[in-house]
Amino acid sequence: MNPRDPLTPAVDDPGRRRFLAAGSLTVSFALLPGANALAQRLTEDAAPVASAKLPGNLASTPMLDAWIRIDAQGRITVYTGKAELGTGIRTAFIQIAAEELQVRPEDIHLVTADTGLTPNEGYTAGSHSTADSGTAILNAAAQVRALLLESAAGKLGVDAAALQVRDGAIAAADGRTLGFGEAVSGLDLHRRAEPRSPLVEPQRHKVIGQPVQRVDIPAKVTGGASYVQDMRLPGMLHGRAVRAPSYGAKLLDVDAAAVEKMPGVVKVVRDGSYLAVVAEDEWQAIQAMRALYQAATWQESAALPTPETIHDTLLKLPAREIHVGERHGPAQPAARTLHARYTKPYLAHGSIGPSCAVAHMEDGKLTVWTHAQGVFPLRGGLSEMLGMKPGDIRCIHVPGAGCYGHNAADDVAADAALIARAVPGRPVRMQWMREQEHTWEPYGPAMITDVKASLDTDGRVVDWQYEIWSNSHNQRIDNAGRLMPATFLEQPFTPAPPVPIPMPEGGGDRNSVPLYNFANFNIQHHFLPDMPVRVSAMRGLGAFMNVFAIESFMDELAAAAQADPVAFRLRHLDDPRGRDVVQLAAQKFGWDPQRTRRPGHGVGFSFAQYKNLMSYLAIAVELEVEPETGAVRILRAVAAVDCGQIVNPDGVRNQIEGGIIQSASWALYEQVRYDAQRIRSFDWSSYPILRFSDAPMKMEVHLIDRPGAPFLGAGEASQGPASAALGNAIADATGRRLRDLPLAAGRRLREYAQD
Amino acid sequence: MITLTVNGVDHALDIDPSMPLLYALRNHLALNGAKYGCGLGQCGACTVIVDGKPVFSCLTPVSAAEGRAVRTIEGLGSAEHPSPLQQAFIDKQAAQCGYCIAGMIMRAQALLDERPGATEDDIRAHMQPNLCRCGTHMRIVAAIVQAAQTLQGQAPGAHA
Repeated sequence: MNPRDPLTPAVDDPGRRRFLAAGSLTVSFALLPGANALAQRLTEDAAPVASAKLPGNLASTPMLDAWIRIDAQGRITVYTGKAELGTGIRTAFIQIAAEELQVRPEDIHLVTADTGLTPNEGYTAGSHSTADSGTAILNAAAQVRALLLESAAGKLGVDAAALQVRDGAIAAADGRTLGFGEAVSGLDLHRRAEPRSPLVEPQRHKVIGQPVQRVDIPAKVTGGASYVQDMRLPGMLHGRAVRAPSYGAKLLDVDAAAVEKMPGVVKVVRDGSYLAVVAEDEWQAIQAMRALYQAATWQESAALPTPETIHDTLLKLPAREIHVGERHGPAQPAARTLHARYTKPYLAHGSIGPSCAVAHMEDGKLTVWTHAQGVFPLRGGLSEMLGMKPGDIRCIHVPGAGCYGHNAADDVAADAALIARAVPGRPVRMQWMREQEHTWEPYGPAMITDVKASLDTDGRVVDWQYEIWSNSHNQRIDNAGRLMPATFLEQPFTPAPPVPIPMPEGGGDRNSVPLYNFANFNIQHHFLPDMPVRVSAMRGLGAFMNVFAIESFMDELAAAAQADPVAFRLRHLDDPRGRDVVQLAAQKFGWDPQRTRRPGHGVGFSFAQYKNLMSYLAIAVELEVEPETGAVRILRAVAAVDCGQIVNPDGVRNQIEGGIIQSASWALYEQVRYDAQRIRSFDWSSYPILRFSDAPMKMEVHLIDRPGAPFLGAGEASQGPASAALGNAIADATGRRLRDLPLAAGRRLREYAQD
Repeated sequence: MITLTVNGVDHALDIDPSMPLLYALRNHLALNGAKYGCGLGQCGACTVIVDGKPVFSCLTPVSAAEGRAVRTIEGLGSAEHPSPLQQAFIDKQAAQCGYCIAGMIMRAQALLDERPGATEDDIRAHMQPNLCRCGTHMRIVAAIVQAAQTLQGQAPGAHA
């Protein structure tokens, strides 16, 4: 390992030593026994560690009845510690359980993340849900089915092998049947799962692999109560916070007397520099909040970096060095060396619905309904902030507006809890305003990547040197200080210092190791603990930027080698599943290495395996750059994805399509604006995102199913590849290589398109 | 007192006349469809139909909605009996988080009421004010196209 590396948290881990010694980080890692279990533990989802011998998160929650319960009437309840974030996992998990229990999907009642009811599966993050929780449910359901059959066999006096589950009941060859309720009688499901399960053979799947319609969509398109924002509890009050004008500002003075007399106002809550109001009615709370904003005097101290030189600022910050990986092998001499540097601005999650929570303090117990990604870590943070025992707090996940990482969901839950404490006995619904969400959420970090690579005379990459400068991508709720409102209290809490997520999943260095067969490479991550702007996890973490840089540079190298970009990738790609998606995307797109370039019209290609561990995705795009305006019109995007065994093909397509469009929005248009003191992106006009006029004219997502293979997750697979495919297509259309994101903001492309 | 006519029913409400229609619908009539997204008329999550036109309910004071016909997504159909447009959104599975979708459907409904056979180009242009962050645009457009085709087929004098 590199002597410059004082951190390297996993250096003494035998697994890591072995995979480094094996010479190929990526391939060898996946082949190691137990590697998957290790990978799942060292990640942002941070589910608790227990045995690594059981499949999925049975490893951390091994008792079968923690996952599946069947009552005397035969009603089946399945429990997951993961949350429905709008990705469709509720439906996918129901499919998995139905398949293995051999019942209809509508017979399954699924309970999601709830500290009072479900397993602790850490955060719903990192595309881990199906792999961790889905695998646990798959195996638990198969084992419960076998136990039911065994129990029924005893009751019917026949051999278990002669029994079948049919129409929700257990049927014997002689026509006798036994309901699940009868079969479960006398059967104790409070027992440890076994390492192996009698899984339904993939070729006999009836529910897994089917495009089952999502169970949550009918309510969402008809005005049903679907979100925490829609909750109405008896006697519920409405809270609004008054946010500081800038990071770290102190509340000097507030004349709350007039506000307290406003109609409906129940209380003004002040605790140090923390200021909020609670009222009977939501509109009254908003009006009171506005009056309080006027009545408050703040002392500001924030000094934000100069936006124009933010990347120079980041380069000069003190770094903790992390040596991500290296490979040394025989190669031809270098004939040509290329060097490039890429930058990414701060990006906002920008959920359409500002964050919301409902909290109720009653008899010293607190209940919080939240759309946070991790109900258990949130409970820990709230417990510390309020000085309450964790057992006296229950956090229940209720879906909110789209979750693309660590947004303000936890913060607003802290707000709701602080206000609920001030008005015990009455539930409080707390929602942030648009400008609060935009200016106070933790952003996806700005980053710099630098790459230098050499080609031999045959056009093969013989050396690849890669560096990353990035803040933490994981300021999740390790302590109360990570809850923003807690940092403004009279007795303020301090955020726990940033800790990098180790490879192989990584944070800023996620996907920084190229999957290609380069004979030599070296990857260095300059982890920057000082965070001039509030940041945390955003969909894909460093993968978005690293894949953008790697896959952009692959095109630059291909051009230098006078090679077709797809052929150049295949020349350097040994992974058979990687090759499959590259070839499928190219074929379905009709990629033509002989095409004639047309000014203003471009095609681009890109590929990655998410984290080098999870889903494979390749994408080709075709676009036009309008010379008069510089506007990008995406004519079509064609993707191919392999996410292992597919539970719900339409669900996978929906995730991949959405990821492509969101990544296009990030890559083309988005950057957080700020000045010397304050965040200036406070709404959708100061933080423009992709609209219908910018959406692709056509999109195709082609799936490669791998029945029986591990689930690899689909939620974040397209974030990286889509950005680079667009950059490559813009370079093809304009002849200009753009390395600084966003690629098409403002009138930037107009000057190039007119060249 | 303010009298609001919502989905064909009159409601007399003792509320502040300056209250945006959004909060009256959500908190005083217990209708979930219209969503708070920005309060600025920038995202369309709060879109409802007033006298046949799509409006931002977050910007429309209830005093301005009095005496006018307010339509919300709850007035189109139910989960058991969805309208053709709601059914198209279900058929196309045109939602991820779904927070923007009620606003999308109401803006699209206003177009289809006026032009049942709207083309994909019409639809894309018409939907421009509404934002979706999950990237469900392709499915939203496809759902509205499907509904437009269904409605055109049902329109009087249709050849289909």
